[in-house]
Amino acid sequence: MKRLTGDASSGRAASGFSRREFLRGSGAAAAATALAGASQVAAAEGDERGDGVVRGKVTIVLDVNGAKHEVQAQPRTTLLDVLRNQLNLTGAKPVSADPSSGAATVLIDDKPACAASTLVLQAVGKKIRTVESLGGAKLDAVPAAFTSADAEQCGFCTPGFVVAVRAFLNEHPKATDEQVRSGLNGNICRCGTYANIIRAISIVRGG
Amino acid sequence: MAVEYSWPTKEESKVIGTSPDRLDGTAKATGAAKYTYDTNPPKLLIARGLGCPHGHCRILDIDTTAAEKVPGVVHVHVLQKPRVGDDGKPIQPEIEWEGELLAVVSAETEAAAAEGVAKIKLDFEPLDVFVDDEDLAGAEKAGRTSKGGGKVQLENEPGEDDDEDEFAEKEINRLLGDAKHVVEGYYGIRPITHCCLEPHGSVCSWEGDKLSAHLSTQNVSGTDEQFANALKIAAGDVHVECQYIGGGFGSKFAPDYWAIAAAEISKATGRPVKLMLTRDQELKLGGNRPSGYLKVRLGADADGMVTVWDSQHWGTGGGRGGVVGHGVIPYIFRPKNYRRVATAIKTNCAPARAWRAPDHPQACAISQTAYDDLAAKMGVDSYDIFLKNLANIDSNQKAEVYAAEMAIAARLMDWKAKWHPHGKGKAQGSVVEGLGMAIHTWQGVANNSNCMLRIHPDGSIESFCGTQDLGTGTRTICAMVLAETFGVSIDSVKINIGSSKYPESGASGGSTTVGAVSESHRRAGQDALAKLAEVVAAKLEVDAASIVAKDGRVGSKDDTAKSLSWKEACSLLGHKALEVTASYKRGAQGSPLSNAGVGGVQMAHVAVDRETGVVRMKKFVAVQDMGLIINPKLAESQILGAMIMGIAYALFEERITDSKTGQFVNAELSDYKLPRLGDIGELVVELYEPESERSRGVIGLGEPPVISPGAAISNAVCNALGVRVPVLPLTPKRVVEALAAKT
Ligand code: FES
Repeated sequence: MKRLTGDASSGRAASGFSRREFLRGSGAAAAATALAGASQVAAAEGDERGDGVVRGKVTIVLDVNGAKHEVQAQPRTTLLDVLRNQLNLTGAKPVSADPSSGAATVLIDDKPACAASTLVLQAVGKKIRTVESLGGAKLDAVPAAFTSADAEQCGFCTPGFVVAVRAFLNEHPKATDEQVRSGLNGNICRCGTYANIIRAISIVRGG
Repeated sequence: MAVEYSWPTKEESKVIGTSPDRLDGTAKATGAAKYTYDTNPPKLLIARGLGCPHGHCRILDIDTTAAEKVPGVVHVHVLQKPRVGDDGKPIQPEIEWEGELLAVVSAETEAAAAEGVAKIKLDFEPLDVFVDDEDLAGAEKAGRTSKGGGKVQLENEPGEDDDEDEFAEKEINRLLGDAKHVVEGYYGIRPITHCCLEPHGSVCSWEGDKLSAHLSTQNVSGTDEQFANALKIAAGDVHVECQYIGGGFGSKFAPDYWAIAAAEISKATGRPVKLMLTRDQELKLGGNRPSGYLKVRLGADADGMVTVWDSQHWGTGGGRGGVVGHGVIPYIFRPKNYRRVATAIKTNCAPARAWRAPDHPQACAISQTAYDDLAAKMGVDSYDIFLKNLANIDSNQKAEVYAAEMAIAARLMDWKAKWHPHGKGKAQGSVVEGLGMAIHTWQGVANNSNCMLRIHPDGSIESFCGTQDLGTGTRTICAMVLAETFGVSIDSVKINIGSSKYPESGASGGSTTVGAVSESHRRAGQDALAKLAEVVAAKLEVDAASIVAKDGRVGSKDDTAKSLSWKEACSLLGHKALEVTASYKRGAQGSPLSNAGVGGVQMAHVAVDRETGVVRMKKFVAVQDMGLIINPKLAESQILGAMIMGIAYALFEERITDSKTGQFVNAELSDYKLPRLGDIGELVVELYEPESERSRGVIGLGEPPVISPGAAISNAVCNALGVRVPVLPLTPKRVVEALAAKT
């Protein structure tokens, strides 16, 4: 996770922007409306001690799997951290800090996104769906097909893959094998389940 | 009455040989399966390690003052503390590879722990670094080599007065001089990492003097004692649990010092502690596979039968030295005359760990390539050279089985129709295609295993076994064996594994688990059934020996009218559950249930772009025997996974280390290249299970199919180009360089 967190000490000098500006700039509009109150934004900024690290903690509301959750966040907090450590939704996995493994794939407003490299403030006001929403009593066709095609071994990559495939098939319900092979290269499986994932997709497409 | 253990015949089997879905499939596919990394007990502290930034250095000072002040940081634990000895002289830890953990910061959140790590001030003195394991001369000069053993085997014996070494030298030169065809080759395979997607780590907590450890491990039954020894407590006071593990591949047999540290920090803070390696630490420390480089002179007769092999090979197992064992060189093929010498190199990289089929993939890749080069040199079909040389093999499987498997693989690949002499295929623009093959072997012996089985009067069945599911489908295998034994469906059996509280079962390494759990569960099942049969026989007034359990009923095999439903039969047990513990000891001679020794053949079809150097997999065929197959679907998944892992080390992955600092420069998944879903081409698997193999019993499968891909793919690329790209992985750069060197 060195990319996200390793800059903590070198902070401003290394990255060339201050977290305060970041909050004001790209994320501010979305974040501010969603924050519990404007005073907390001030509190968050007020906590900055000039060493490049913001420690202000704010309470925000996240829309996850159709329910609203109050969670604690700092500007540096990732969506993955909140899902796993505050909401105990551990389906999305911490495999890489950037999106290169795809293991932390979730849906944000129906688009696949990497929860490990999404700051949680960016997700406020959006509809987040995790792999857990595809399970339970109404099992989605994608995880069902992963099981029947045995597209899982250790299973650590599987939740990320399931979400990526769900998103892909939502966009391309009739995808050809060729499209599948060129469209699902954002996820890594070390155990080598790719062949069975291709089979699983053909089961979903057929059904 | 002693129970005679056996498997039902293929025709009798109702469950074994079928392909039910894996029992935990939905849990894994919906995020419900909880791995070590997912364990979040209340009051959890999250710990992060500080890795050594240099390949070889002396630690002068570790200043944790600033780290301790970071809000949220609760505890800082220094692992490599410089101090002053009793004689007043400073003791400064010498670190011999990058990434080694020096200190651990525990905090309320991941971010605070990471910030704490970044705030540790480290002062170190850099020392000399050696990492270039391919450079044998450089390693010798740097004093980094040691003897890795060797062997000389010659048909002619030296005379009384001959010096053995001199005689061998002369004899080998004579044989090479007499040979009709001589190949002089160089082949290599770079170090790779295990790269488990779930990194190594644990969640440790204490209740009084008892340690509870969620550990990402392939050795549930063995790691409690390792914790106990390191922490100087009784093994009975340690509970290790691992319900799901995100990859191991041979790298997760021990708690490692970082899990011991997690236990110590938990003790010191009175809170549960989660310490998982970060991604780069996982690649640096979590296990790597030794490299191998080989120079050979090989001689063959006019028919392509290899008559003499003379090789020296070297490589590194990292910071503790080590090299691919000479005993597997040349791989499987064993000409009548050979000399092989190995040299181990010690580098400033973390020590190697067992990687799926230790030594075999490298040995195969650096020696069966030479056999293929013989075919290239002679302008004949590699298939014929492999077939002919089956006359001289040293393998756990028989030559005729390889021959049969080769024939099947060739049919599936359409080898004869597609084959062309090396470098003589028709180009499509700059793209040329080629075929290559390789063969492999493995033991796959059943490990120790104990199974405790309870049959309750209400008919429910539960088993307890301290094994684990590495991703092969262990739970499903256990359930299938018991369901077959009792004639019930697999979902009526509750399987309990993944805890050191359960009866001991061996580590999952070396393809030993399917045999182990089949042995213990079948034995326990048959023992229990024999006891149940006595009660049922008394009730039905038939001979207990005539009792069989099938299709949900227990009754006389001679008189179908005399039977009870499974539930009725179990109700005869009264109030108490029937409890049986059965045990299997590894290496038990002549067990009818399991065996060891398999073979396999793989054939690759590739397309290579001569301009860009990019190699694409077109088709890849694997034919594999494994004795009796419990679940063909799970078996096929294992083989497909191995083929893909093979494509990974043949074409994509390698550890790249900076020669000045010893830094592993591509230790993130953005840089450590692995194949993706679009990189695998068409994969075809054939499970070879004639009665002659099935009747041998269950044999492990995890390792064998990962052995052949390197050689098979390298041979296919050579067949396409007419040029050997000597060192794996066959990256575009290496392909282009090899082509440039030949023109
Ligand atoms: S199933 Fe293990 S990483 Fe994909």
